[in-house]
Amino acid sequence: MKRTDEQPAPVPPLPSLEPLRLVAPDGSRVSGPAFDSPDHSTLVALLRAMVIGQRFDNQASTLARQGRLAVYPSSRGQEACQVGGTLALAQRDWLFPTYRDCVSLVSRGVDPVEVLTLLRGDWHSGYDAETHRCAPQCTPLATNASHAVGLTYAARRRGENAAALVLMGDGATSEGDAHEAYNFAAVWNTPVVFLIQNNHWAISVPVREQSAAPTLAHKALGYGMRGYHVDGNDAAAVHAVVSHALAEGRSGAGPTIIEARTYRRGPHTNSDDPRRYRDEDEARQWAERDPVQRLETLLRAEGLLDDGEMERIEAQAEQVASRVRERVATDGRPTPSELFSHVYGSAPALLARQRQELLGEIQEG
Amino acid sequence: MGEISLARALNQALRDALAHDPDVLVYGEDVGRLGGVFRVTDGLASEFGSERCFDSPIAEAGIVGTAVGMAMYGQRPVVEMQFDAFAYPAFEQIVSHVSKMRNRTRGSVELPLVIRIPYGGGIGAVEHHADSSEAYYAHTPGLRVVTPATPADGYSMLREAVEAPDPVIFLEPKRRYWNTAEVETPLRTEPMEQAVVRRAGEDVTLLAYGPMVATALETAEAANETGRSVEVIDLRSLSPFDDTTVAASVRRTGRALVVHEASTFGGYGAEVASRVTEACFHYLEAPVLRVGGFDIPYPPPALEEHHLPHVDRILDAIDRLQWESTWVPAQSPPPERPDATAQHPSRPEARA
Repeated sequence: MKRTDEQPAPVPPLPSLEPLRLVAPDGSRVSGPAFDSPDHSTLVALLRAMVIGQRFDNQASTLARQGRLAVYPSSRGQEACQVGGTLALAQRDWLFPTYRDCVSLVSRGVDPVEVLTLLRGDWHSGYDAETHRCAPQCTPLATNASHAVGLTYAARRRGENAAALVLMGDGATSEGDAHEAYNFAAVWNTPVVFLIQNNHWAISVPVREQSAAPTLAHKALGYGMRGYHVDGNDAAAVHAVVSHALAEGRSGAGPTIIEARTYRRGPHTNSDDPRRYRDEDEARQWAERDPVQRLETLLRAEGLLDDGEMERIEAQAEQVASRVRERVATDGRPTPSELFSHVYGSAPALLARQRQELLGEIQEG
Repeated sequence: MGEISLARALNQALRDALAHDPDVLVYGEDVGRLGGVFRVTDGLASEFGSERCFDSPIAEAGIVGTAVGMAMYGQRPVVEMQFDAFAYPAFEQIVSHVSKMRNRTRGSVELPLVIRIPYGGGIGAVEHHADSSEAYYAHTPGLRVVTPATPADGYSMLREAVEAPDPVIFLEPKRRYWNTAEVETPLRTEPMEQAVVRRAGEDVTLLAYGPMVATALETAEAANETGRSVEVIDLRSLSPFDDTTVAASVRRTGRALVVHEASTFGGYGAEVASRVTEACFHYLEAPVLRVGGFDIPYPPPALEEHHLPHVDRILDAIDRLQWESTWVPAQSPPPERPDATAQHPSRPEARA
């Protein structure tokens, strides 16, 4: 379990400077890949989840502009990371998402409206963490990473071989909590995959001002774990590498850092203006490497997708969006007395009094 | 068990908790083969194995962060921060996650974990080893903050903290680790959220907790020699605060004094004084006073005896509680008027 032998841990190979790819940006297969491609049904599932995720993301952005959400951090452009990573999880595994990982949660099967509860401002987390095996979305950077380490350690103690996928951004790797989590995971040899979505911008700070490492995956070496550098706009590659890392982790090989190079096409949130800090040519260039388009091209070329199937997927995505629109407008809002309901297991007298005070205020109008 | 120290009582509590519940885990820096720098975890690793009590990397945010994940998966971690000021790197985990997980998840995830923090001064330690950080934690909703003052409470309150459905900040008064008392374990003292009258008295209520309970009792003994009957209450739980026990005492004595080691300004004593004033205003014969540490960074050990509240200083404060109806505000003369003619030496015109 924990490494107890006196032998030094094997030195993992350096991550490649060139990101691992299974599918080229033009949608053609990459020759001689280091990883096996996901099977056909998985590739179609990845496309479906990306199309649905992208439609959900667009809908949420629109709702934010309409003032129906308090804020929305779009992950447009990062669909391959969101979906490729999440679909690699087994049901027993846990997902540790951040505020930008709504599409990941939708792919995990969480009710899309429950995903938006946080961003509508109704409650801090709208879904049942236990049921979905998804931790609440984390706003502080990198603080959720050590939770995943502890959780997988506990799972192993209970004889359950659950692995965990931690989603983090490039900026989060600068935080002290990231270092502590990587180090604990490596020392305890727990099956955690840290998927760094390098979307190039931590709000307005470019990744070159964030880290001097050759790739963010190189950080793995110093902790004694494996690191992979993958094309974050290639859903097949992200899925393959994350699946591999999860399987290795479960079989006792410990944690992995994966840097997925991708791009945040939109603003940091709907209240951000990226024109103040980045060249829009850069965003246009990345738009040409669209992850959804890439996989669709491949599937069509290989005869795994036709117009009919694509229309069915798009209709499904449209249904998701329309349910979100409707329910965000009509679903019930939390009641004020709930403010005091979830602070302690049994409410201290102080909170019971404050609850009465609030209810009195409300009754008096 | 006979006569045992607070440290030994805490050790026995952890031992019994580990034996009682297979989901209890004890970890932190040096708690395994060394048995903790204060030996509170002595022998637990060899008795329960390195899967139940173990050393972790020296990283407090990581220790608390992993404990969050363990508790999410049904374990009951008890982690040690070794020294008060070493816990500050974990502050974000404690405030942003430990205290809020139940609330964030609408009650679907509870975190039954205990963070043990040896705190306070008086042991001649160098800087960063003697802070009283209770106010930071007590100010954070979602945490229970408790501090035992006796071996019996050390045992009972730690057992209760481990069994609690909520995260508990368990502050151990490190200068009382070696204080001993007759204790037969297992035992249950009063529920941990309840304050306890340690000595009955008629004239004034001394409100103390953790390391200051013993000092307050010494003070009461000394006051008794001058004919003043002092009641001493051990608060035990800083959050939640036991208004009932405290108000009942102060309404009877009419005078209250809060004692703690931490700096006075914005300290926990201010909360106590305010609550007591609200609950007992018409019964008070004098303003509620505080005796705390000075408002300075914790001093070097050569000077700490001047900083920490001691019996004489507390007796002086008792004297200020309007015994002869001659109460005057505590030693704060009006600020001196600045001399308009003097020039600041750093200003260029002063040097010219």
